[in-house]
Amino acid sequence: MAELLVLIDHSDGAPRKVSLQMLNAATQVASASGDTVAAVWLGEGGADAAATLGAHGAAKLYTWDSADAQGYVTLPQVEALQQVFETSGADVLFFSSSNHIKDVAARLAIRIDGGVITDATGVEVEGGKVSATKEVFGGDLITRCTFADGKKQLVGISSNAYPVEETGGGAAEVVSVDVSLSEAAQVSKVTSVEKQGGGDRPDIGEAAIVVSGGRGLGNEEGFQLIEQLADVLGAGVGASRAATDAGWYPHRFQIGQTGRTVSPTLYIGSGISGAIQHRAGMQTAQNIVAINKDAEAPIFQIADFGVVGDLYDVVPKLIEELESRKNG
Amino acid sequence: MKVIVPVKRVPDTAGEKKIDDGTKTVDRESVESVLCPVNEFAIEEAVRLKENQGAEVKVLLMGPESAQPVVRKALSYGLDAGVQITDEALAGSDAIGTARTIAKALEGEEFDLVIFGNQSTDARTCVVPAAVAEILGLPSLTYARHLEVDGDKVVVHREHEEGWDVVESTLPAIVSVVEAINEPRYPSFKGIMAAKSKPLDVKSAGDIGVDTSQVGQDSAAAVLTSFEPRPPKEAGTIVEDDGSGAAATQLADWMASKKFV
Repeated sequence: MAELLVLIDHSDGAPRKVSLQMLNAATQVASASGDTVAAVWLGEGGADAAATLGAHGAAKLYTWDSADAQGYVTLPQVEALQQVFETSGADVLFFSSSNHIKDVAARLAIRIDGGVITDATGVEVEGGKVSATKEVFGGDLITRCTFADGKKQLVGISSNAYPVEETGGGAAEVVSVDVSLSEAAQVSKVTSVEKQGGGDRPDIGEAAIVVSGGRGLGNEEGFQLIEQLADVLGAGVGASRAATDAGWYPHRFQIGQTGRTVSPTLYIGSGISGAIQHRAGMQTAQNIVAINKDAEAPIFQIADFGVVGDLYDVVPKLIEELESRKNG
Repeated sequence: MKVIVPVKRVPDTAGEKKIDDGTKTVDRESVESVLCPVNEFAIEEAVRLKENQGAEVKVLLMGPESAQPVVRKALSYGLDAGVQITDEALAGSDAIGTARTIAKALEGEEFDLVIFGNQSTDARTCVVPAAVAEILGLPSLTYARHLEVDGDKVVVHREHEEGWDVVESTLPAIVSVVEAINEPRYPSFKGIMAAKSKPLDVKSAGDIGVDTSQVGQDSAAAVLTSFEPRPPKEAGTIVEDDGSGAAATQLADWMASKKFV
C-alpha cells in the first residue's frame, strides 16, 4: 500500500478550497488503487490543519513548518517534496493548478524523473496509473492522458473539478519534515508580498458563482454594478480581456485564454461578446448566463439563459429582484 | 547583456483543430498557425531591454521547418538573430521533452536572461519555463508583471491569485511574463523588411546535443491516450428585454429554478 501525496495549497494559515477538493479526488483514486492519502503542507501552521485535512480524507500530514517554504522562489518547496517522495516511496502527487505551484511541479518532475499533467478535470486509476481528463485548445478538445511506465506522476487538479466532501476521518497523523535547503534554493528571495484582495469576495478560480463584465460596460464605473450583483450572490468578479486592457479592472481578474480559467456552477457575463479567447476561460462553467445588447453575440451560442438587452436596464433590475427574493 | 526569447508556433485559437488519429498530435497543417500571442509580451520586454540597455536579443524556436515564418515574424519586432531547432526526433515531445530540448539549445548560447511567455495558448501547461530553469540550474522567475534588470541583479513582480510577490535574484535567470507587463507594439514596415535578412541558424537535435532517447513522442512522460471534441451544447433560453429591465424577472425566475437564489 503506497501513499498518494496531495500538496496542500494554503493561504493565511488555512487550506484553500481547492485543497479539500483535491483530497476528495485523492480519496476516490486511493480507494480504487488501495493506497492511502497523505497531505503535504509546506510553510508555517500545517499542524493546525490536521483535523480539517483528516476529515477530508488525509490519513497522514507531512509538514515542513518553516517560513523558508515561501521565503524563496519555488525551490524550497521542490526540495521539500523531493525529500517527501524519497521517504514515503510515493509515486503520485496531486497539486493545485495555480500558477506558482505549477512551477514547483515542473522543477520537481525534472528532479525525480516524473511527468506533469496540469489542469485535470477528472482523475481515475487505469492499469495501476493515474489517467486524467484535460481540456486543450481553449476547451475545444477533451483529452485523456496518462503517464509512461516508471515515471513519477504529478497531476495538477483544476479548481471546482471535485466537490468538497467530508469523508469523516479523524485528524491526520502529523509527520514533521526537516529540510536543509541547498544554496541554490536561496538565490531568489521573496522580498515582499503585495496582496490586492478582492475584498471579501471569493477568488474567481474557487467561487461557485462568477459574475463578469466586458467591453459593453463602457467604462470603469460599470464594474461597480458588476460588483453589486456579485455581492448579492456571494460571487467572485471577473472581466474580459477588453475590460482589463482598457484598465477598467485589474489583469489578475481576467478570464480567458491568456488569463484565468474558471469553472463555476454559474457564470454570468454582462457586456461580453464571448469571443473564443474568452470562452477558453469559462466554457466549462455548468450554467452560463449572458446579458448583451447584440443578439448576434457568440456568447448566446453557449448560454443556458440569455437576455438580449441593455445591461444597464437589466442588471439593476436583476439586483433588485434577487435582493427582494433573498429577503422575502 | 544578452537576452533570448523562446517562442512557439501555435494553432490560431479561432481556427478549427483536428488531432491526427495516427500520431495523436494536432494536425498542425489543418489549421492556420501563428506566433503564440503570449510571446508578443516577451518580445516587447526584450525589445525594451535592447532599446534601454543595449541588449542583444535572439529568438529561439523549436519546431518543424514549416514554422520558420514564425521566427521571421518574431524578428520583425526588431530582434537581432534567430535560432531554430528542427528535427523529426523532436515531434510529439511533451512539456518536459520540450524543456529538455530548449535547455540544450540554451546551453549552446550565451545569455544573461531568457524571457518566455508564461504559457502557450494551445496546451497552456505553463511548466516549460520552470522545467528549463531546473535543467540549467537557474532561478525561475515566472509570471512577471514587472521586470527590472540592474547589472547582474533582476527584480520581478510575480503575479498570483491574490496580487504579486516581489522577488530579487541574480542573473543569469529564466523569466516568464504575463500580458499585464506591457503593451506590445506592432512590427514596423522597416522591421518586417529587415527580418527577411536577419541571421537565422537552423540546427538539428544532434547539433545541440539533445539525447533523443529523452525527447519526442516515444519518450514522453505524459501520454495522450484519447481525445474527443467538446460535445455541442443544447440551445438555451433566450429572452429579449423591452428596455424596461423586465427580462430580469425571467432571469431571476430561472436562477431560482436552478436554486441559485
